[in-house]
Amino acid sequence: MIDVHNITKRYGHHTAIDRVTFSVAKGEVLAFLGPNGAGKTTTMRILTCFMPATEGTARVAGFDCSEQPLEVKRQIGYLPETPPVYQELTVSEYLTFVGRLRGITGPKLSSALDQSIGRLELGSVRHRLIGNLSRGYRQRVGLAQALLHDPPVLILDEPTVGLDPKQIIEIRELIKSLAGSHSVILSTHILPEATAVCQRVVIINEGRIVAEDTPEQLSARLRQSEKVSITLKTCPVDCETKLRAIPGVLSVFPGQAGGSYLLECELGRDLRDEIARVAVLNQWGLLELRTVSMTLEDVFLQLTRHEDHLSEPAEATVSMAPAERTDA
Amino acid sequence: MTPVQAIIAKELRGYFVSPIVYVVGAVFLFIFGLLSYLYVGFAGAQAIQLMQMQGGMAQINLNDLVFRNLFASMRIVLVIILPILTMRLFAEERKLRTFEFLMTSPIRIHEIVVGKFVSVFLIYLGLVGLTVLVPTVLMLFSDFDWNPIWTGYIGMVLLGALFLSVGLFASALTENQIVAAFVSFGLLLTIWLIAGLGSLFGDTTAGRIISYVSYMEHYERLVRGLIDTSDLLYFGSGLVLMLFLTHRVVESTRWK
Repeated sequence: MIDVHNITKRYGHHTAIDRVTFSVAKGEVLAFLGPNGAGKTTTMRILTCFMPATEGTARVAGFDCSEQPLEVKRQIGYLPETPPVYQELTVSEYLTFVGRLRGITGPKLSSALDQSIGRLELGSVRHRLIGNLSRGYRQRVGLAQALLHDPPVLILDEPTVGLDPKQIIEIRELIKSLAGSHSVILSTHILPEATAVCQRVVIINEGRIVAEDTPEQLSARLRQSEKVSITLKTCPVDCETKLRAIPGVLSVFPGQAGGSYLLECELGRDLRDEIARVAVLNQWGLLELRTVSMTLEDVFLQLTRHEDHLSEPAEATVSMAPAERTDA
Repeated sequence: MTPVQAIIAKELRGYFVSPIVYVVGAVFLFIFGLLSYLYVGFAGAQAIQLMQMQGGMAQINLNDLVFRNLFASMRIVLVIILPILTMRLFAEERKLRTFEFLMTSPIRIHEIVVGKFVSVFLIYLGLVGLTVLVPTVLMLFSDFDWNPIWTGYIGMVLLGALFLSVGLFASALTENQIVAAFVSFGLLLTIWLIAGLGSLFGDTTAGRIISYVSYMEHYERLVRGLIDTSDLLYFGSGLVLMLFLTHRVVESTRWK
């Protein structure tokens, strides 16, 4: 549905994105992850034909972004960083305007309007001026605008910014429900969002794609050791040495709370029962024992901090702080 | 409703929701009324002088004494007022980040430019239309020839259209509305003053070419009651040129 091949965008001497290549299949939800200024918005602007790429080709639904921009724009629903709303219009006037710009008229327009107002629960503010609405409502009006014509491709630049937690969950559910029938690219720097909504994640840093995979495989790929977190009631001085003595344990880090430790174990070995046995044998009072898997956040930080290791992520050294990071 | 009509409707709505149209309209109509009152007053004073000198009823020509002066004075009023009407057209879109939305909608740039121009031109036509009240009232009390008044109105509409297109162009250059207003104000005054530069050269080819660029002589001929194709061509081509330049400026923002 979306094919991006080697696109580069330069502003003068500054290279915003550098030979970015990725594709999105029909019905897939792809997250674009990266720190601020990584090139997420630039990539989206090229895909929506707002600006042309300096080099490379981008195709949406088979249409070339630089040669058939009007066709591409018809296939896309786009929510820019700032919701593009006119404050002097009411919600329904605004959506009517958007529909007319897209050439939807008559009964089709009113049913599209009802549908998108219903989807984003804007019924109660339908006749209010957008200028008087809160940030969260404006964001939802912006999303309603992108969904109005039921486009096959949706490009959402940080769609949950400014929403309260309940609304964030609702919007994520909405995006999930669009998967299958729509191809979605969403950019975010909120990592759980990517894990919650997307089948695939592209991590971009300083204009380059540094990783592309499913959230699970990304964390698996970068994991160099199994990690187990334990909390003990009593912890004599020698417990760290005894823990390290367990065959398979590579290192032991004391945790932030007293009595908690993070154990790094050999890859592919589950040492939980062995650790439990040692703890019980020494009567340390085992309060908690669990495996710690790398979250997307760790992956993200690792990828965006250590660029040198990116080409060979399997050999990258994990310098994970012994703070607990658990997959919720 | 086509996309262009949708843009026109949205812009008109934007004008009437904001106080701009009401303030600009009130000032425009007030100045037009005040100028008419003053010129009618001067004409009346001249008539009384004539009557004292000649005795009996004096025939005064309202076309010459009132309307020609009135239309001539409106130039400066338009130079000052119309940039205020046009300053928001693109600058506001860029400031509020709705520009990106417009540019990613399946609509061509010239449709956006034309839609915005037509919307502000319609507002201007409405304001000019209201001023017809002045000659209509004067008709009740005196006799004059309507033809030069109609050509004067044609002149005012064409001059206004040219000014609005210059203002639209200036608005596309920046995201600051004040800057847009000042840029169009400066451009309009410059084109005005080019007429003076032309007269410095006298009746030479260069002088004539330079004077042709200014709207002054073209407007003056229409106000005098002359409809010349070259003047109509001047306003038409000026308008198309400014809209074309606006298109280029809007297009170029994509590359920045």
